[in-house]
Amino acid sequence: METHAEAGKEGKPSCASVDLQGDSSLQVEISDAVSERDKVKFTVQTKSCLPHFAQTEFSVVRQHEEFIWLHDAYVENEEYAGLIIPPAPPRPDFEASREKLQKLGEGDSSVTREEFAKMKQELEAEYLAIFKKTVAMHEVFLQRLAAHPTLRRDHNFFVFLEYGQDLSVRGKNRKELLGGFLRNIVKSADEALITGMSGLKEVDDFFEHERTFLLEYHTRIRDACLRADRVMRAHKCLADDYIPISAALSSLGTQEVNQLRTSFLKLAELFERLRKLEGRVASDEDLKLSDMLRYYMRDSQAAKDLLYRRLRALADYENANKALDKARTRNREVRPAESHQQLCCQRFERLSDSAKQELMDFKSRRVSSFRKNLIELAELELKHAKLKGPPGTPSAKAV
Amino acid sequence: MAAEREPPPLGDGKPTDFEDLEDGEDLFTSTVSTLESSPSSPEPASLPAEDISANSNGPKPTEVGLDDDREDLFAEATEEVSLDSPEREPILSSEPSPAVTPVTPTTLIAPRIESKSMSAPVIFDRSREEIEEEANGDIFDIEIGVSDPEKVGDGMNAYMAYRVTTKTSLSMFSKSEFSVKRRFSDFLGLHSKLASKYLHVGYIVPPAPEKSIVGMTKVKVGKEDSSSTEFVEKRRAALERYLQRTVKHPTLLQDPDLRQFLESSELPRAVNTQALSGAGILRMVNKAADAVNKMTIKMNESDAWFEEKQQQFENLDQQLRKLHASVEALVCHRKELSANTAAFAKSAAMLGNSEDHTALSRALSQLAEVEEKIDQLHQEQAFADFYMFSELLSDYIRLIAAVKGVFDHRMKCWQKWEDAQITLLKKREAEAKMMVANKPDKIQQAKNEIREEIEEWEAKVQQGERDFEQISKTIRKEVGRFEKERVKDFKTVIIKYLESLVQTQQQLIKYWEAFLPEAKAIA
Repeated sequence: METHAEAGKEGKPSCASVDLQGDSSLQVEISDAVSERDKVKFTVQTKSCLPHFAQTEFSVVRQHEEFIWLHDAYVENEEYAGLIIPPAPPRPDFEASREKLQKLGEGDSSVTREEFAKMKQELEAEYLAIFKKTVAMHEVFLQRLAAHPTLRRDHNFFVFLEYGQDLSVRGKNRKELLGGFLRNIVKSADEALITGMSGLKEVDDFFEHERTFLLEYHTRIRDACLRADRVMRAHKCLADDYIPISAALSSLGTQEVNQLRTSFLKLAELFERLRKLEGRVASDEDLKLSDMLRYYMRDSQAAKDLLYRRLRALADYENANKALDKARTRNREVRPAESHQQLCCQRFERLSDSAKQELMDFKSRRVSSFRKNLIELAELELKHAKLKGPPGTPSAKAV
Repeated sequence: MAAEREPPPLGDGKPTDFEDLEDGEDLFTSTVSTLESSPSSPEPASLPAEDISANSNGPKPTEVGLDDDREDLFAEATEEVSLDSPEREPILSSEPSPAVTPVTPTTLIAPRIESKSMSAPVIFDRSREEIEEEANGDIFDIEIGVSDPEKVGDGMNAYMAYRVTTKTSLSMFSKSEFSVKRRFSDFLGLHSKLASKYLHVGYIVPPAPEKSIVGMTKVKVGKEDSSSTEFVEKRRAALERYLQRTVKHPTLLQDPDLRQFLESSELPRAVNTQALSGAGILRMVNKAADAVNKMTIKMNESDAWFEEKQQQFENLDQQLRKLHASVEALVCHRKELSANTAAFAKSAAMLGNSEDHTALSRALSQLAEVEEKIDQLHQEQAFADFYMFSELLSDYIRLIAAVKGVFDHRMKCWQKWEDAQITLLKKREAEAKMMVANKPDKIQQAKNEIREEIEEWEAKVQQGERDFEQISKTIRKEVGRFEKERVKDFKTVIIKYLESLVQTQQQLIKYWEAFLPEAKAIA
């Protein structure tokens, strides 16, 4: 199935999750996207007056795997150890939607033609919404990179934006996936070890607080995100339920010859209108609430990763100190131990400084994003509730 | 029981009526029709032809006497029944036995008339048509409430007792406000009595709520959880609607069984309503037999109205079933939405707690509160969805089944008439043959026999025709009344339901409007 999305024309969903300062020296956006069977092809357009680039305006076509490659490149780069790496966009997943469309196609003979058309319309809208979301997720990833003073200068980033050919980044094969999986386990084990390590004291209150905060916050936001998803799905279910009810009421109405005719037909109309509104409520909740929660769940994970790296650096520093002491007592190889210790100290301090800044940015980003989304959520909910309300009252009287 | 009674010497119709009382059938209808219709009008099929003609052709004074006496019998008998506890017999048969020895009619009746309030006979004298026409003017000032379900007993013999409260200004009741305790099988018993009396002459008797073994077992076992309380509440509401529908029916309202159900403090236990009793099994067998018969009856429908109506009800039935299924799904999903919203509210509250930015933390807690309130709203709306919408639909699905039953009875009536005609024809042919044959010695006796039989069957044919016309007439009126009721019922419910939707929306608006400034206050 080929679907195009004009990103940037309508309100982009997840852009709302991140409040980016407009810095016009490097502007990145996804101007187009095409969905082909299982692949989505994004057209990444860059406008820049920076000297590195050959032209001021250019675009390339990228696939999801190439975004992941870029993200991993950042993560593995020691230079950025003290920064929060923007979370990678999730894989485009149309499975569920595709399944539903297929089931609908297989047909249920008890469903009238009108009902079928409505359900198909609903599913197609759902598919389109998922598509738009994935485009937005990929876009906001790039835009955050472009806005960050350090990250935007990365060589890989330039290659990603400019290199006309395919980056030949194949999807991770099984060995690499397994490797990645093992690395994560090692990381968690390591983290557990170094936090439990005796003598490793957190000197900075700020980081102590941040650590406790982030751990709890991450778990709770993940919970909230899951449950918000469930609420949104239940709302969608409800909206779908109105379809057969409205159809049955219509046919009842057309069969009646008495006063009930108008009552039934009006009620059928009302349910139809309710259906559309409930659907919109569901999608608004999805965008303003669920998506935002999901984004900050990932972002808080990225922040946690930063804290881990800093902690690792602290552990290394401690170890270097101990090694230096041992060398000094034995009076052997003091010079290399000293320089090693120096390095570790510098690294640790560098990480701490940038981490502090990053974490404060994270907080302000989070607060402003929540504020924006909650306000918009409330306003939209009010708008929908008002639409449902007043027209209902005249109907009651007319009925 | 009847044999012991001495038939009171009150008009020639009397003895026969008492015999009919034993059968427990149709006494009441026959009386009413005697009173209101002209003497030559057709009578319900069950009474033997001669008796009816005797009744209806009786002279006026006797009729009046009959009327008042019957009224008195009923009134007294009701009290008698409540004092004794006769075994379960159709209530009418037990009435006259202990109560009355109206030996000297004239002397007894006169004082009785004076002592009793005249309004009861007044109701009787009024024609049924009059009563129905005035139904719109809401002269049926009777309110029924079913409340206070109470568990009585323990273990598997436990049951729920419901309080049935009646408020009325109708004078056929001795008080204007009274209440009794009834259990579910009592309601079923009432329905089966009314059905046996009225269904087969064409009255649409509202069906009683359905039994539920699973539901009741949970209640008996004593699980005090929300599903069993829900079940009890559902049943209580269904019983209330059932009684309200029954008393709205002008003919059923007059029935002494109904009155006894509403008024008397003790009611004989309706054991025959149990599914596994002898009567229950007999019912099932009869139902099966009926279904088979229905398939084999080929009726020549001379009246297109009936065919039209049957088709219309068939369509309506299908539509309502479809709608009902969809509404049930709606109720289920709304409950799910409510549960999910509650869960989200909790996690939003937790998130608010761990958030270290104070204003945002407060806003998140507010969001959690809003979501909790919305959850309440969803629950209430689901409640409304169910009790207003879904239950109405299921009630009408069962009512339409009763309507279809009435149409089937008309078919059976026609079949009976048809059969009588065929038999008459055969008898006439037999007579003709006998005339031609030449057997002088046997002829006179056989001729007389055949003559008698032919007369008998002629009368039966006439009776069959009258019955058929009567049932057709009754059905027409009933269907008219049913349709009016249906329109009223649906309209009321639709309006109430719309109001509930509107209210939910207004509440939503209030909640979100309260939240918005909090969200804006995040600095």
